[in-house]
Amino acid sequence: MKVALFTISILFGSNVWAVDALSGAVEQQALNIPAVVMFLIFVTATLGITYWASKRMRSTSDYYVAGGGITGFQNGLAIAGDYMSAASFLGISGLVYLSGYDGLIYSIGFLIGWPLILFLVAERLRNLGRYTFADVVSYRLEQLPIRTLSAFGTLAVVALYLIAQMVGAGKLIQLLFGLPYQYAVVMVGVLMVMYVMFGGMLATTWVQIIKAVLLLLGASFIAFMVLKHVDFDLNTLFEQAVSVHPKGLDIMAPGGLISDPVSAISLGVALIFGTAGLPHILMRFFTVSNAKQARRSVFFATGFIGYFYILTFVIGFGAIVLLSKNPEFFDNNGLLLGGNNMAAIHLSKAVGGDFFLGFISAVAFATILAVVSGLTLAGASAISHDLYACVIKKGNSSAKQEIRVSKIATVILGSVAIFLGILFEDQNIAFMVGLAFAIAASANFPTLILSMYWQGLTTRGAFIGGFTGLLTAAVLVIVGPIVWVDILGNEEALFPYKYPALFSVSIAFLCIWFFSITDRSKRAENERKKFEHQFIRSQTGIGAHDAADH
Amino acid sequence: MSAERYEQVKQNPQFHQLVKQRSRWAWSLASIILIMYFSFILLIAFSPEWLGQSLSGGVITIGIPIGVLIILVAIILTGVYVHKANKDFDRINQEIISKIKQ
Repeated sequence: MKVALFTISILFGSNVWAVDALSGAVEQQALNIPAVVMFLIFVTATLGITYWASKRMRSTSDYYVAGGGITGFQNGLAIAGDYMSAASFLGISGLVYLSGYDGLIYSIGFLIGWPLILFLVAERLRNLGRYTFADVVSYRLEQLPIRTLSAFGTLAVVALYLIAQMVGAGKLIQLLFGLPYQYAVVMVGVLMVMYVMFGGMLATTWVQIIKAVLLLLGASFIAFMVLKHVDFDLNTLFEQAVSVHPKGLDIMAPGGLISDPVSAISLGVALIFGTAGLPHILMRFFTVSNAKQARRSVFFATGFIGYFYILTFVIGFGAIVLLSKNPEFFDNNGLLLGGNNMAAIHLSKAVGGDFFLGFISAVAFATILAVVSGLTLAGASAISHDLYACVIKKGNSSAKQEIRVSKIATVILGSVAIFLGILFEDQNIAFMVGLAFAIAASANFPTLILSMYWQGLTTRGAFIGGFTGLLTAAVLVIVGPIVWVDILGNEEALFPYKYPALFSVSIAFLCIWFFSITDRSKRAENERKKFEHQFIRSQTGIGAHDAADH
Repeated sequence: MSAERYEQVKQNPQFHQLVKQRSRWAWSLASIILIMYFSFILLIAFSPEWLGQSLSGGVITIGIPIGVLIILVAIILTGVYVHKANKDFDRINQEIISKIKQ
């Protein structure tokens, strides 16, 4: 096998987001037939589902939220699927392989937002919204400015996430399937457009569910084989890992992932609030029939995600034990073939042979496909539902028109994603997922949570505060160490912290508060008055069903 | 019309009881999660050695069970809230809705 260089920034620094973005130079591998065959089976099955879903699609509700007919358990799997991206599966197990305990810190940060979403957001969100989170924010505020703000927040998050996933898909297909980069980007783009355009949310959800089940089964099998290797004795696993890892005992304790208290808190804020502001995840809460199912969704999602993260920890340590002594997996310089992010992939071969390697490779690629489909649908909905139907047509468009606009938006988003995916092939895109989380935490989350909890919120406050949060997050990431120093090559960062969320979120809340309480307009007075009825609906769900039947 | 129904709900003392009870549960559970998580990351920032000390003489450190425990607590507390909501909140909510005069 050829030497593959796959450098990712976690090798050089302690940037959490690098884990979620596969980046760096990659050399194409030999064609992997079993992986390609299994992936084609997945594609055939999911296109079949898309055809089935397209036959059932009649109303806008069918298109955006699968008619609200997904169960809590199914939705929990789909949410978990959205969250378990290929990059997080390969990235976390790679991080554990590289530095042990730090991988666990990372996992905990990404999980911890979920219980909070359940306690504070999920039920109210379901009771107030129909298709997008902007429905909730603009419930008693003025449609035009608020929907515009939310659509910007959504599209910014979707675009950044999408590019990171597209580039990841290209890198992965070179390594796993032995096919050229451009093939992957074009294929992912075309398939995701087909799922979303013809199958809407119903197809997108089932693609996500199937992939989540396959990924959980595959990861469970790898972890089981690792535990079997050490006779189900964790102590043996850790002892063997410590004895062969170059860092020795250090892999059992926190390393360099979090260095100072400000970064630590700022990262926590980004993870918790960012998770609660991701548009493609928030949209999933509208696919279930009521608040009860929304609650169940989060319970199952948290369970699956938590279980998955524990598996990746075992897999990472398993990779240390089972790969380290085997020269088959290393290049001439003693580096893991394809880089540390390939630890789980190599381990699948070590425990299950070529056939299982093909299976895990196909699942990893299917994972990307499912995640980008959800992102594309969220982006297209922001354009067709928020911008077109509610802002431009002021609610007077027919279902047919709205769905047509959404389909056009899907094709445009797909084309842009393919174009940018190819454009960014050799760029360092590790900052993109971090920026997406920062924007979600600083623009989407503050307006959403205050619209549900604070009577004093006005259109002026939400609009100014939301955009300030969005711009602050973007600017601080650009002048921070990850972009300003690592990418642009400047000597010193203008803003010293890698994670700006603590600052951008605070500024957003402060601006929303200030421009709301100083708003003395008639409109603002009216908006505060409407809070009471909104509050009763958010608590009881009364009126939510009338709206869903639209 | 929804507006009339909302006015009726507003007059119902059960509604205010539900709001109070639910927000007490939600915020208590949320505080547990937040305190647990931020204590954990501040511990990592200020004294990683503490988490890195051996649990019982072997290679396993205190940090490992703590980390796994945080994941389990997160899952268990979501279960606790869902159970409580299914058992009590939904029932009270149904009573409130059934009392609305059409």
